[in-house]
Amino acid sequence: MTFQEIVNILETQFADLEMAADEKNPQPVLSIPANQIAAVCQFLHGHDQLYFDYLACITAIDNGPGAATMEVIYNLTSIPYGHDLTLKIVFPRNTADQSLPTVPTVSHIWRTADWHEREAFDLFGIHFTDHPDLRRILLPEDWQGHPLRKDYTVQDRYHGIYVNYEDGPKLE
Amino acid sequence: MSDRIKTGDGGIILTNAEDLMNWARLSSLWPMGFGLACCAIEMMATYASHYDLERFGIMPRPSPRQSDVMIVAGTVTFKMADRIRRLYEQMPEPRYVISMGSCSNCGGPYWEHGYHVVKGVDRIIPVDVYVPGCPPRPEALIGGFMKLQEKIRGEHPLAPELFLEMEGKSD
Repeated sequence: MTFQEIVNILETQFADLEMAADEKNPQPVLSIPANQIAAVCQFLHGHDQLYFDYLACITAIDNGPGAATMEVIYNLTSIPYGHDLTLKIVFPRNTADQSLPTVPTVSHIWRTADWHEREAFDLFGIHFTDHPDLRRILLPEDWQGHPLRKDYTVQDRYHGIYVNYEDGPKLE
Repeated sequence: MSDRIKTGDGGIILTNAEDLMNWARLSSLWPMGFGLACCAIEMMATYASHYDLERFGIMPRPSPRQSDVMIVAGTVTFKMADRIRRLYEQMPEPRYVISMGSCSNCGGPYWEHGYHVVKGVDRIIPVDVYVPGCPPRPEALIGGFMKLQEKIRGEHPLAPELFLEMEGKSD
C-alpha cells in the first residue's frame, strides 16, 4: 500500500483531523496533532488493510528554546503487508518554570513503546500521559535534568563526584 | 632419611618473612571478575588461553571478598560509580586497583561531552596502576600486572609504622 493510499484511508476515518503530508524526502512523513496520536495509532494498528502491528522506533527531537517546539516521530511497519508509515507530532516545548510537555502514550497499543517512551522521558523530558511506568530508564533515578535537550547544563556534582573534567580534584 | 631424591640438590632457600610474604602475594594476584565495557573484552582475551594470565597466578574470583585486585576495565558511568565504590569497600585489605584504558583513566573520549561518565575512576577509588590504551592490548594489561607486582615486591606489610618512619620508607 502506498503512502497516499494510507493517507486516504485516514482521511475518510478521521474527517476533521489536521494532517500534513510531506513527500519531499524518500521517506514520506505524515504530521498529525499531538493529542490525536493515540487514537490514530489505535486505528492504524487495528485496521484490516493497514494492520501496523510493529512499532519500529520512537524518536524525540528538541528544536531548542528558539523554535520552542519538540517533535516525536513514530516509525510503523506492517509485517504481513510489508508497508511502512512515518508519523510525526510537533508540540510546544516547556521552559524551566513550566511543567513538562505531555503526549498521549501508545504503550497500550504496542508494548515496545513502553521503553521507547521511558527513554524519551529520560533524555528529553516528555511526559507521556497514561504510561504505566514512566520513570528514567538509562540515567540514575536521582539525576537532574534531561541531557539531550538543547539548553541542558550538566549538574555540578553527582553523589559528591564532580561531573566536569575541569572541576574535579583527584581523590586524596 | 628417605632414599628418595626430590631435587637433586640440597634444597635450602634463605629469605626473610617479608620477602617470602611479598613473593606469595604477588604470585597469586586474584582479580575481581567484572568488566564494564569494551576493555573487558581485551581483559577476557588476556585471561583466555592465548595470553593465559593464570601462568602468573592471576585468576578471576567471583566475589570481592576473595579478591586482591580490581581491574576497572571500561567506562565508569555515574550510575556505576556507587556500585564500584561499594565493591571496592567489600574487598579485604591489602587491595589494589588497576585502571584499564582511557575511560577509566581520565574519562577518555567522553572527557568533554560525556555528562554520564566519571572523568577517571581515581575520583572515586584510589588507583595503583594506570594502563593506557583504547582499549589496551592484552600485553599492556599484563604489563600493568608486572608494574603492580613490582609495587608489591617493594612493600613492607609486616614492618611497624614507626620503624618505617625512622627508615624514611613511609609513604
